[in-house]
Amino acid sequence: MTDKARSKKKKALVSPKRREQNRREFLRTSALTVGIVSASLLGFIPIAKGSSVRLRPPGAIKDRLDEHEFFAACIKCGQCVQVCPVNAIHLGDIDDGFGVGVPFIDAREQACDFSCDGLQCVLACPTGALTHHLDFPADARMGFARLARPKACLAMQGKGFKGQARGPDFKGILRYAEIDRWNPVPVADHPYDLEICDLCVRQCPIEQRIVECAEQDRQANDDRLARVAQRIGNECPPKHAITLQPVESTDGVKRMMPMVQDGCVGCGVCEMICPVESAAIVVDLDKTADSLGG
Amino acid sequence: MRRNYVVESLRQLFGWKPTRPSKEEQPEKLKQIYQGKRGKLTKADLEAAHIEHKRTFGNKWQIRRWATLIFINLLFVISYHFDVQLVEGALTASRVMGFHMADLNSALQVTLAYKHVVLNLVIGTTTVFVLWLLLGGRTFCSWVCPYHLIAEWAEYLHLWLVKKKIVKNHVFNRKVRGVFWLVFALLALVTGYTIFETISPTGIVSRALIYGPGLALIWVGFLLLFEIFYSRRAWCRYACPIGVTYGVVGLFSPVRVKYNAEACHHEGDCRKVCLVPHVLDVTIRGAAFDVDQDVVADCTRCGMCVDVCPTHSLTYEIKGLGKFL
Repeated sequence: MTDKARSKKKKALVSPKRREQNRREFLRTSALTVGIVSASLLGFIPIAKGSSVRLRPPGAIKDRLDEHEFFAACIKCGQCVQVCPVNAIHLGDIDDGFGVGVPFIDAREQACDFSCDGLQCVLACPTGALTHHLDFPADARMGFARLARPKACLAMQGKGFKGQARGPDFKGILRYAEIDRWNPVPVADHPYDLEICDLCVRQCPIEQRIVECAEQDRQANDDRLARVAQRIGNECPPKHAITLQPVESTDGVKRMMPMVQDGCVGCGVCEMICPVESAAIVVDLDKTADSLGG
Repeated sequence: MRRNYVVESLRQLFGWKPTRPSKEEQPEKLKQIYQGKRGKLTKADLEAAHIEHKRTFGNKWQIRRWATLIFINLLFVISYHFDVQLVEGALTASRVMGFHMADLNSALQVTLAYKHVVLNLVIGTTTVFVLWLLLGGRTFCSWVCPYHLIAEWAEYLHLWLVKKKIVKNHVFNRKVRGVFWLVFALLALVTGYTIFETISPTGIVSRALIYGPGLALIWVGFLLLFEIFYSRRAWCRYACPIGVTYGVVGLFSPVRVKYNAEACHHEGDCRKVCLVPHVLDVTIRGAAFDVDQDVVADCTRCGMCVDVCPTHSLTYEIKGLGKFL
């Protein structure tokens, strides 16, 4: 009772100046609320425009161009960035809107070549935004490669390739099992001399695993147990990802065409290694090996 | 009658004014203290107390706090750049020697947006919850958050400009911080995007330190300019939902700043340096409920008031450990 009476009295005693101050504070505060919430909602623009869609690390819970769930689940900590042996993963900036702090891969600069074997980024992810339902590189569905500029492709022109695949200044690294099984080396330190350019096939991590498995099969005729043991760490891809096929030509030049196959996971190594500028083969994000049929 | 610590903390955390006691609610001893001090202190006495305190105490808590904050953030940076794997990740989520940690507010945003309970996040948030429960809740803000330190430096600039009468401080209604907390929680739930993370300077600065700077720092720069030229410490005081989340954790924390009315001169220096000065309204003459009173949970335990108080009326305490210390 007395409290109420007192507060009523106080209200009546508020000076016009004080009332004006309160009014201004209220307006300021409303403006602050609207300002900050609107600023945060600006992050929706890149999503709506589709400009935030990018190549994501293996296991990202997304369906082709729909990255909504991935953005929701990612806690933007970058632990995946830290474990990647080829430093393929970067975090989105504010021009990706809600994708700020979300990991992506710029395949042309540095693709994921699965040289960690164990999918370290997937293991590092604390929220399952990179799903743990992924055991082997062949299970990944990051995108799907496409020969975008067949006329630029050296193999299609029947040409070979000699030298550093991306020039002397290229910073990208890849694992060359014949040089070092465990540490990736700069592409620039590993020049090629090819009669006909087959870099996209030769460097494809899926194709390399198929070759490895075939080799192991040949060697392990009598020791089947040893082979099983080896297989646990590096499952053999069930399907080819990319093959080189002869093209019929009338001018007598031997031409070959890279054919992307059902086993392609969209890792982007072909895009990275392609020696022509800009790459003749690229990774599309609007399809994966699973979505091909429908 | 003494106000319940949790209730009073919640009120102030969500922007209500501190409760003032009526004369009848104050114990006799407190009234005598207030009476006894009237007119007894001369200006010279106060001056002497200040000089003596500055000489012996300095700003030791600020130094400790800055060192801790820089050390923790450096651990993240060093762990990544020298690959020592001590603290992997960023402030939003990390592994400390392999053990999951997750920022409570980021984990909340992800859970609301993703609508799944992720086991690693449960482990991470539980660890962090217990950690800050033990350490004081909003201790995170002043002892770990990298934006806090930058904003603290910007605050000095702001205060200098105010002193020169070049800018004026504009206050907002503190209730708006609770509104932000609710709005961003609802936005995460409804849109399925962790929208607050897009503008959170804590996450942006932490990632910029570890993974290199980006355009997102422009937003942080804008916030700092706003604080320097328009409103003192505006983000931490009126906007940041992380502060609310950790403030709630701090409700039950034994680490607090304790106010003792006996030696207090009610000069108000503590309120001048405080990030959240309403929590120190208790130091105003006649505003305490008891001779000893804990500062409520909105306090970030930064220790600025402990540093500045010439009579040790404000001290750190660990509730329940007092007898053993």
